[in-house]
Amino acid sequence: MNQVDLLIIGAGPAGMAAALAAAPSGASIALLDDNPLPGGQIWRDGPNTELAPQARQMRAQLAGWPNIRLHSATKVIALASPHTLLVEDPEQGWLIHYQKLILCTGARELLLPFPGWTLPGVTGAGGLQALIKGGVPVKGERVVIAGSGPLLLASAATANAKGAQVLRVAEQASLKAVAGFAASLWAWPNKALQALQLFDSHYRSASHVIAALGTDRLEGVRIQTGKRVEEIPCDRLACGFGLVPNTELAQALGCHLEKHAIVVDTWQATRLAHHYAAGECTGFGGSELALVEGAIAGHAAVGQPQQAQALWPQRQRWQRFADRLNQAFVLTEKVRNLARPDTLVCRCEDVSHAALAGQTSWTQAKLATRCGMGACQGRICSGATQALFGWEPPAPRPPFSPARIATLLQLDQAD
Amino acid sequence: MPELNIDGRALQVAPGTTVAAALSLAGDGCSRTSVTGQRRAPLCGMGICQECRVNIDGLRRLACQTLCREGMQVETRP
Repeated sequence: MNQVDLLIIGAGPAGMAAALAAAPSGASIALLDDNPLPGGQIWRDGPNTELAPQARQMRAQLAGWPNIRLHSATKVIALASPHTLLVEDPEQGWLIHYQKLILCTGARELLLPFPGWTLPGVTGAGGLQALIKGGVPVKGERVVIAGSGPLLLASAATANAKGAQVLRVAEQASLKAVAGFAASLWAWPNKALQALQLFDSHYRSASHVIAALGTDRLEGVRIQTGKRVEEIPCDRLACGFGLVPNTELAQALGCHLEKHAIVVDTWQATRLAHHYAAGECTGFGGSELALVEGAIAGHAAVGQPQQAQALWPQRQRWQRFADRLNQAFVLTEKVRNLARPDTLVCRCEDVSHAALAGQTSWTQAKLATRCGMGACQGRICSGATQALFGWEPPAPRPPFSPARIATLLQLDQAD
Repeated sequence: MPELNIDGRALQVAPGTTVAAALSLAGDGCSRTSVTGQRRAPLCGMGICQECRVNIDGLRRLACQTLCREGMQVETRP
């Protein structure tokens, strides 16, 4: 068994900042992440990526601390006993015992079903960006980006930079909402600059996807803008409707959640003693907020309240930005109900909207249709069924992700 | 430049390339066949949706979170 003073789950901006804030205390720190390299979604590294200077710098600093151990490509599989997690990497499974834990589990995209969304060629909006950074070639491809939120423009910029032809960026929010948000950016000059740099002349507000078209793979997309409906031939559709905090582990540990995000106090402490949370898993706020929250959590976890407190004003500034953002991109009823009766809602078990429409709850739907019982364990379709039917997402059960038998046998060694 | 094998086809990729990217470079980008027989491709790109699960050297792995290594045998069909 591995024993550490501080265990941090997630090596995105929040997790890296937490580790770097805590490191000078001399505490033994383990930093876990399920991706091959640290950086999270925003600083995802790959053959097609020019990593941000801040990300490079933080990665170098992490490597410089002998008391920080980075475990990449490592997933949390189960709670073994109090303060002990079962984890797995591509080679082995093992137990980690911790004194303090910081959850920096980030967020995933909200992917809502619409006709044709299972066709190869359709991805999430952030999904396409991540895939491109990993080396997926898009040179010369015609790309349509749709959904909601600032991620759409970031994804468009990445695709354009790699030689794709972005034909349309369709934002579901109204012009009034988007313009109001843009006008409020003066209070955060670097964000205003970012927005200007990312602006795309193919951007349309009050615009949403009706269907992805094609038989064996994507051939085009049907889009509605205001009252006008048009079809755009394309090779890829990248569609994401905002972000959902990753809270499965927090829920399993018994941390309190509100509005599907982990509730924390001014020290980034959850309501469970010795357990902290920072970044997108406590509510969407962007990387600047995640960095400062992570640093506060890191200081607080190793008993440095003064250093933590010094960062509070900075956090407040970025929290206000996050609040503006979340107001501007609220989803309209229309995009919550794009699925038709034959549209698959659960992609793992191929369960259609028609099969679910007669069910009254998540549990009943599971029993009757196998919805949410496949490999993703409901992580994608629970967001969809919540939007479509108002069902509360399921409580997570171990193993939290598919695991090998040899890993599960390690649970025998826990007290 | 690692060389791997996808569904019997050899392919050389840049270091740091994900298996998800290799699927696109080698062919149609598809990763698996669904329970009703539809071909599927990576969706979320960040290890959540499991659509990109493939068989690598006999183990089920996520293509989007796995980097290509020399000699890997990748299978996308049952």
